Amino acid sequence: MPAVDGQAEATEVENPPGDEAPTPPRVRRTPAPVALLRNSWRQLTSMRTALILLFLLAVAAIPGSVLPQRNINIENVNAYQAEHPDLFPVLDRIGGFDVYASPWFSAIYVLLFTSLVGCIVPRLLDHVRALRTAPPAAPKRLDRLPQHAVLTDHDGDLAAIAAMLRRRRWRVAVRDDTVSAEKGFLKETGNLLFHLSLIGVLVGIGLGSWYGWHGNRLLVAGQDNAFCNTLQQYSESRLGHRVDGSDLPPFCLELTDFKARFLSTGQPASFRAETMVAEGDRAPYRASFSVNDPLRLNDGASVYLLGHGYAPIIRYTDRSGEVQVSDEAFLTIDGNLTSEGVAIFPDVNLDPVTGARNPQLQVAFEGLYLPTAPDAPPYARSEYPAERSPAVMLFAYRGNLGMDAGISGSVYRLDQRQVDNGKLTRLGEGKLLRPGEKWTLDDGTTVEFLGTRQYITLSVRYDPGERVVLVSSVVLLAGLMLSLFGRRRRVWFRVGSAPGETSTTERSSLVEVGGLPRAEYSGFSDEFDKLVAATRPGGARQVGATEEGTD
Amino acid sequence: MAALSDQLLVVAILGYLLAMIGHAAEYAFGTRSVVGRAAIRPARELALVGAGGGGGSEPVVGTKLDAADVVAPAGAEPGFGAVGPGFGAAGPASGADGPKLTRALLAGRIAAALTVIAAVVHLGVVVTRGVAAERMPWGNMYEYLLTVTLVGVVGWLWLLYRRPALRHLGLFVTLAMVLLLAVAGLVLYVPIVPLVPALDSYWFVVHVATIATSSGILLLGAVPAVMYLIRNGYDQGKRSFPYTLGARVPAAASLERLTFRLHAFAFPIFTFAVMAGAVWAEAAWGRYWGWDPKEIWAFISWVVYAGYLHARATPSVKRPVATWIAVLGFLTMQMNLYGVNIFFEGLHSYGGLD
Ligand code: HEM
Repeated sequence: MPAVDGQAEATEVENPPGDEAPTPPRVRRTPAPVALLRNSWRQLTSMRTALILLFLLAVAAIPGSVLPQRNINIENVNAYQAEHPDLFPVLDRIGGFDVYASPWFSAIYVLLFTSLVGCIVPRLLDHVRALRTAPPAAPKRLDRLPQHAVLTDHDGDLAAIAAMLRRRRWRVAVRDDTVSAEKGFLKETGNLLFHLSLIGVLVGIGLGSWYGWHGNRLLVAGQDNAFCNTLQQYSESRLGHRVDGSDLPPFCLELTDFKARFLSTGQPASFRAETMVAEGDRAPYRASFSVNDPLRLNDGASVYLLGHGYAPIIRYTDRSGEVQVSDEAFLTIDGNLTSEGVAIFPDVNLDPVTGARNPQLQVAFEGLYLPTAPDAPPYARSEYPAERSPAVMLFAYRGNLGMDAGISGSVYRLDQRQVDNGKLTRLGEGKLLRPGEKWTLDDGTTVEFLGTRQYITLSVRYDPGERVVLVSSVVLLAGLMLSLFGRRRRVWFRVGSAPGETSTTERSSLVEVGGLPRAEYSGFSDEFDKLVAATRPGGARQVGATEEGTD
Repeated sequence: MAALSDQLLVVAILGYLLAMIGHAAEYAFGTRSVVGRAAIRPARELALVGAGGGGGSEPVVGTKLDAADVVAPAGAEPGFGAVGPGFGAAGPASGADGPKLTRALLAGRIAAALTVIAAVVHLGVVVTRGVAAERMPWGNMYEYLLTVTLVGVVGWLWLLYRRPALRHLGLFVTLAMVLLLAVAGLVLYVPIVPLVPALDSYWFVVHVATIATSSGILLLGAVPAVMYLIRNGYDQGKRSFPYTLGARVPAAASLERLTFRLHAFAFPIFTFAVMAGAVWAEAAWGRYWGWDPKEIWAFISWVVYAGYLHARATPSVKRPVATWIAVLGFLTMQMNLYGVNIFFEGLHSYGGLD
């Protein structure tokens, strides 16, 4: 503790005896291991170590901005793996793709916070002690202090001086012929609050990672597409260490409408998702949310709008006249919402007698959806994100879709291997369909483009640590400001008998005033002057004020 | 309005350029002026800084500040706090240095006046841009940099008003302004477009305003930081290139103190700005912190600046070392401003550069 103290207090000018804890006298020899432990602890809790750890923390954070991170963008990590097959495993082993969860990153902040606790606890105790001790006695020579003034003409009423100081919220002690006063303890209070709140922030983050969860998914408009909050409903999810699937609060969400407004340049102007929410026992209610304006559910989870796009409605009529409809989302590939996707019909052209699938006659369409198709070919890119002249370019495939092989295929892409090995064949050229148009394939079956549904991508999140982090942050900021702008300072007033010739009344005495700022404080001389002036209602005449007082 | 904004930018750059020339002239004329002499008396420099112009023609506001700034142990060395002649050409042009000094003084004052004019025009650039776009002019990197530099220059003028003695730093401030605005106009310029929905939030205004303010002040703070390092090297007898500049800048101790003041002022604002960003990120992306590249670098800057404040409060760390940490902090801020927008892909990719 003394080691820390000595350093931390050193910006202050003077440590009068009795104020700080005295170094305990060493009486007994300490055994070597204990001494080693104690020295290591002292090292760890020194400011120098804190500095080094802070610096290390900054350096350790850098790789996370250079390398793709799993928890942020898994696709980029996979792409990196494909691009750098040799480097990837090495980097992966040392946590390069999970920097902020890596052992070395954790080690740094755990050490830093240990150091912090070791640093702050003794200071806290010191501070509490200081708050309960009276301001120290006056030094012998007040004229040696940075601020000094002598008042003649004063009635020498120490009680009045003390009262004046108390009114100005100084802590005051009156001893014999002196008044000692001290102010500005909020600086250290702020410093302690600031550092303690850092721990609060860490706790909040920890709570979030233990008890929080989130899931992402895509939601196509329409009642039959509504989803309920279970783990299987998410395409991607993460549960905190202390959460399992059964802990997810029950609610269901249906997208009833999605409104997007675009400027003439195609830049989005506003989005809004209209939904129907069913939560617990409450009657279903309407709610809308948007970017920057999430849907706050009653159980604490929130629903965020991440993106949107179109899901073309494609109707296929097979050889036996059976009709099937697909409204799978097409993924957008550019700002004008050109979208790619597939419409897959594995259960068509079934055997009329047995009802069995015929693996040669499954049908699928690869499609390119253009909300605003150009007037003439090529029909490759949409010209505007809203549906001004929608059209879908379809490529038909027939054969074995490869869905029975047990490999879960993507709903956004055909199984390319089936195409490559000839089991799935493309039927001629693609065809552009506008809403309501029908295309008859070579076997007499038909495909029809009925229109589109909007879809949104959303994220459902719950983070119970948020509030803790927020409150800690507010305390952190308040503490930081107190700590940076607070100023601890002391003043002393000493009454002596006035020299005969300057005294004008019989009861006048000489009051000597000294002031000591305990940190850099540019306004102290002003404050000191004001204090001196306030010592007597009429203001006192100053004699022999130091230079600072006169400039 | 948009075209006016673009034209005003050119005027503002020209204004800063002229101011820079004025400061350079002051520098050149000011040989062996009081500035130079102040450097020869390191023992008294603390007192000199503060003593501004006892009866000089410069405003004396703030001189008191400086004198009291110095916390001396009881029984300070004699001469401490003595009212000396001002340095930084603040005092009256005394006979000995005659016309040379007056010319330097004149050049310096013209430079300061030009900076004020350029700053007003600069404000005009930002305001007309905002009016043309019908929103706060912080929608992309170009507009953001315009705002940051505006904050920086306003902070500079305020400093100059409080402490005329610092005027010699003007050369570096105006140089930085010319360079940054030129980069803004030539490299980062994008035509006006409205905000995308992702930026349409109150928190956007709060977050960006505070980030720009703190960045501007930190930008400004880097000037005395670098000058302190140069001056300090000069005082230690280094005479190679950057250190030669040290001959004509204010005393090391006052530069160092100014560096600290600016950083101590800006750090809480920066802290608040990061927090406001986190609140906004929670509303927009569902998490208050997600290690997006912009967030990573804000974290790095914050930690480095926290390191600076620690280092400065630790007597065993020498002041130049602490100041280097501040300079490092500044570099990380620049990395965040340019590097991250240009090199990395992230949610904050609002730069408007493709
Ligand atoms: C989580 C990492 C930490 C951060 C971000 C941090 C940040 C800060 C900041 C910004 C200040 C400046 C406020 C001021 O000047 O009063 C400060 C002051 C201080 N910090 Fe820390 N700190 C951290 C850890 C520590 C540790 C580990 C220690 C102990 C070894 C420590 C001891 C101190 C002390 C004693 C001061 C006051 C300096 C003074 O007397 O003015 N801090 N800290």
